[in-house]
Formats: sequence, structure tokens, C-alpha cells
Amino acid sequence: MTTVSIIGGSGYGGGELLRLLLSHPNVEIKQVTSRSRMGEYVYQTHPNLRKRTQLKFSDPSQLEPVDILFLAQPHGQAQHNIERYAKLAAKIIDLAADFRLRDQSLYEKWYGEKHAAPEWLSKFVYGLPELHRAEIASTNYVSGVGCNATASNLALLPLVKADLIDLESSIIIELKVGSSEGGAEGNSASHHPERASVIRTFSSFGHRHTAEVIQEMGVKDVSLTMTAVDLVRGVLATAHAKVKPGITTKDLWKAYRAVANENPFIRIVKEQRGIYRVPEPKILAGSNYADLGFELDESNGHIVSMCAIDNLMKGASGSAVQCMNLMMGWDETLGLEFSGLHPI
Amino acid sequence: MSAVTCPECEAQIGLDDGTEVGEIIVCSDCGVDLEVIAIDPAAVQLAPMEQEDWGE
Repeated sequence: MTTVSIIGGSGYGGGELLRLLLSHPNVEIKQVTSRSRMGEYVYQTHPNLRKRTQLKFSDPSQLEPVDILFLAQPHGQAQHNIERYAKLAAKIIDLAADFRLRDQSLYEKWYGEKHAAPEWLSKFVYGLPELHRAEIASTNYVSGVGCNATASNLALLPLVKADLIDLESSIIIELKVGSSEGGAEGNSASHHPERASVIRTFSSFGHRHTAEVIQEMGVKDVSLTMTAVDLVRGVLATAHAKVKPGITTKDLWKAYRAVANENPFIRIVKEQRGIYRVPEPKILAGSNYADLGFELDESNGHIVSMCAIDNLMKGASGSAVQCMNLMMGWDETLGLEFSGLHPI
Repeated sequence: MSAVTCPECEAQIGLDDGTEVGEIIVCSDCGVDLEVIAIDPAAVQLAPMEQEDWGE
């Protein structure tokens, strides 16, 4: 069995990692750390794991060597401890934003601070298998992915890969997001009477995840507009762009189908009847699928490309486990077969 | 089993043995209704689909 530990296991990302890794046939979880919950049973924080594990949260300073270390801490912590972590495990998968950006200046621009370990930025591969499958399979260090960035990148992927849109032109991506994106710590805006039933555009532009779309898609002019909606899990990205002259709906089908055929967790949802005709995050809760859809106005070349994911799965822990499978040479889908629930 | 190309999305669709002219099949990729208009060689055309209020 391959041994793994999770640093920072009390958050939602850590909880999802635990759920996935406890069912994974090839791994054994050695330790889960949390400063605030030290000594408590894991299921006291993640109640869905009751009777699944007797693990207790342990002291981060008492970490023991393992094969793979998952870092699920808040942003900004991993970069200060990466040298120590690298001595404890040959392979590291970080869920936070510390090592997502290759370019130090891009990091400083979007995060407003100097990076504490810039020499490590080039050692990490961006952890979205749909973009970097081969590199992930041959590296020891994989970064996390932003959930909003993932929905955005996957909405654009077929268009960029097939060279169907002008990368210099303006791209607008509207994101509707669930409350679990805000993490396990509450604030006054997430207080139930204030958060319930909202449709709240909390970031018109300038969201940090934009940097990952610029880096990974090579687009120059892209805006992510974030709207909180009354959902716990889920992100829906709706990207607006212009296709190159002469592109038809059949060209788009070819491009989207190619991406779906190459990637086990990408599905096309573009139906003519029934209730679920377009991608919807609701039915993806707990699954690692990313559902893509599109509509083209052939009269003016306006493409609307949609991607729905579970922010905690494809947008965080699911992709992290998928990366682990690739790094270990295992079947990419191992431990990630859950199809989601319907109805939910 | 013969195959046809969906005129809507260009998916390749296999026709089951025994499929008859006039039969309505559904494209497994884009979900449109297709009317089988010939068997040898196999050919299909878009079949009219009922429009309905949806989604609001």
C-alpha cells in the first residue's frame, strides 16, 4: 500500500480528500493534521466519515515520512514549509494556490505579495490532468487548481485546443458559485440569514483565479465575474467569446467531442429534450465529472460555452486524487467512480 | 450493423439489425430525433421535434 498523509485536514478540501482516499484501493492514510482540532476524531469534523475511520487529527509538527503528502492548508502556508515537506515525502500534491502560477511576477500581481519560495514554482506542474496529463505522470510535485479557474479553463479548453477563438479578443466568463467555495470558516456574509437565497455578484473582475486562466489558456483579455448563488456545492462557468469567421456548430461538436474522448471525466451535455439539457452543477455533487455544453449564434459568431463542476471535487480534491493516480501510474479514474446523485 | 452520420452533430451512430425505413432513432451525442430514410446504404434525416417550454 502507498502511504499518504494530509496536512490541514479540517477544511472542506481536506474532508473531501479523506472521503476519497479512505475508499481508494491503493492507499493507506497515515496522518491527518490540524492545529485547531488536534486529538479529535476526524469524523467529529467530517460527520460523513463516521464509522469509516478512527483516525484522529494529529500535530503538524509530528509528521512522519510517507510516500505522498497532500497539502490542504489555507493559501500561503505551504510556500513557507515546502523544504520541510519535501524531506518527508517524495511526492507532494498541494491543493492551495501557493504553486499554481509558473511566473513569479504573475503571482505577485494577482496575490499582492512576494512569493516565499519562488525557486519552487517551476518544480510544480499545474494539477489539472485535462491540461497536463503527461507532465503530471512524470513529476513529483503537483499544484492545486482553483475551482473557478477549473470551470473556466475547461469551458474554454475545446475552443482553445481546436484554435476556434481569437486569443487576443475579449472573453467574459460568468461564474455562479456555491457557498462551500468560501471554506469551512464562516463570516458575517456567510451567516445563514444573509447567505441563503442570494444571487450576489461579489467580484465583478480581478478574482485571483483569473491568473490561472491567463496562464493555462494563453488568453490575453479575460474577465471572471463571480456570483454567489443559493447552492452549497457547485460552480457553473458560462464563457462568452467570438469564434473565428466561418466556424459552424459542427466544428464545435468536433472540438468538444475530441476533448470528451480524450478525458474520462469530461462529458458533453447538449440535449434536445428532457430536463438536463445543459450542464448543471446540481447533479455533479460528489462526482469528479466536468460537464461541458455550448451554443453558437452562427449569425454573429457569439459562442456561449458552459462548464459545470463540483468545486470540491473536479475543482479541488477530485483533481488532486486524479493527479495522484497519474503520478503513481494507476488507472486515472481509481477511487473517483462516483456518478453523483439524482435526484438531489 | 451499418452506421450513419448524424446531420446535426456528425456523430457516428450504429443502426441495430432489423432497423426499418421510417423508424425514428435518437442521436446518442446530441439527442436529436432522426428518421431512417434508407437502409442499404443507411441514411437518416432530421425528424421534426416538438418544441416545448423548458427551463424557466
